[in-house]
Amino acid sequence: MHMKIAASVAMCALATMALVPSTHHSAGGTVAGKVTYTGTAPKMKQIDMAKEPSCAKQHATPVMNESVVAGEGNTLGDVVVYISAGGAPSAVPSTPVTFEQKGCQYLPHVLPMQAGQQLEIKNDDQTSHNIHPMSQVNPEWNKSQPPGAPPIQTTYAKPEFIPVKCNVHPWMHGYFAVLNTSHSTVSGSNGTYSLSGLPPGKYTVTAWQERFGTQSQEVTIAGSETAKLDFSLKATEY
Amino acid sequence: MGKLFAAAVTVIALVSAGVFISHTWWLPPDLSVLGIKIDDQIFETMIFTGTLFVAAQLALAAFVLQSSGRTGEIKLFPGGPMPMVVLATVIVGLEVLSLVFVGTKVWAKIFLAPAEANAVHIDVQAGQFAFYFRYPGPDGKFGVPHPEKIDEGNSNFFGLDPKNDTAARDDIVSASLVVPVNQPILLTMHSKDVGHSLFIPEMRLQQDFVPGLIIPVHFTATGLTKTEVVCTQLCGLGHYNMRAYVQVLSKEDYAKWLTDQASQ
Repeated sequence: MHMKIAASVAMCALATMALVPSTHHSAGGTVAGKVTYTGTAPKMKQIDMAKEPSCAKQHATPVMNESVVAGEGNTLGDVVVYISAGGAPSAVPSTPVTFEQKGCQYLPHVLPMQAGQQLEIKNDDQTSHNIHPMSQVNPEWNKSQPPGAPPIQTTYAKPEFIPVKCNVHPWMHGYFAVLNTSHSTVSGSNGTYSLSGLPPGKYTVTAWQERFGTQSQEVTIAGSETAKLDFSLKATEY
Repeated sequence: MGKLFAAAVTVIALVSAGVFISHTWWLPPDLSVLGIKIDDQIFETMIFTGTLFVAAQLALAAFVLQSSGRTGEIKLFPGGPMPMVVLATVIVGLEVLSLVFVGTKVWAKIFLAPAEANAVHIDVQAGQFAFYFRYPGPDGKFGVPHPEKIDEGNSNFFGLDPKNDTAARDDIVSASLVVPVNQPILLTMHSKDVGHSLFIPEMRLQQDFVPGLIIPVHFTATGLTKTEVVCTQLCGLGHYNMRAYVQVLSKEDYAKWLTDQASQ
């Protein structure tokens, strides 16, 4: 009997320990900075979605291609910044990530998630979409999602940057960034990013942009300080 | 019973013919130079087949009425059923063949004639499930398309190579077909994937896309309009959604549109 209680207590303790990594964002150090580019960024083309009036009317301003989100001072938005090496393996977050189809665009354009994390795909439009993530390492699929259909629930088991397209609307384009870590973020339209909740340790931080590739840098976190780490990617005009 | 049947057949035949004669469901008004020839051909075919249809139905009603209530031996066609079938086949065959020959003549005159030398050349690509239209841009030259470079996520719908191909850099790609009025237009049609069809009812223009072929068609719009081009060849899940706007602009507005597009 005593053995059983002892075992239960041990189980509870283990379970609590297992939960610790998922709350790591509340404490620890931070890596923050700005992502910029050098060279000439390509000119983004305007997207004409007139053939889908229910989507076109949702946009008051012209919709631009989002493969390069360049701002003033050569800042770069929509860049995935994540811990590619170092530190203890992070537990898979229990909260799902959501990918929306709204106004015949993907929101967000780039969605980071950890391998094994629940992914929820919603269609908010009054038209059918056919979501087609073109994975190569993970199994590839494409699913039709009519207006009002329930969200598609899925997961990806292996890390991979997966281009996503819609088989009905050729201009729709996004990315799933399936990573080995829960320490990831996407730079804002002004290029800034912040990765918080990092336990002390030595890390490799990687920035990934769908057209300009990756850049990695090392950083050491000692306590609860904020380490400044800027990235500069090389732009290709074509 | 025979009288009721005869009356029903007569009413159905006359009402059906009436729907066609009154143009209750008809093509939209023609806005093209050559469309009149297509319309004349459709009209001729309708007169020919319509007359035969009404005559056959009325004859059927007349025979039923005449034989109604009669008993005794049924009169046979002279010579029996075999000559009747042969004669019917020959008559219907001649009718169909003559329609084909007359119709093909008109079709060939339009589709096999080359476009006029001053035609505006627009490259058209059909793909699941959208049309894209390409204009050569200020340099007047089209870039060479490379199917393996097609990258829709980066708006490279035609697979152009602006890095190495300078002619491709200023190509204008539009999701709408924008053309100037009263100016011959040459479309070179090709498909990215499967069979599609380009149908612009106002231009009386309908042509299939065949993967692997570049098919030229030409037309001249005679009126300003904003209408639709639709795919009329079942091409997959999103076929119902495969369409684009067609805009016929004045020469000045068209030039302005081209300048706007080129500056983007």
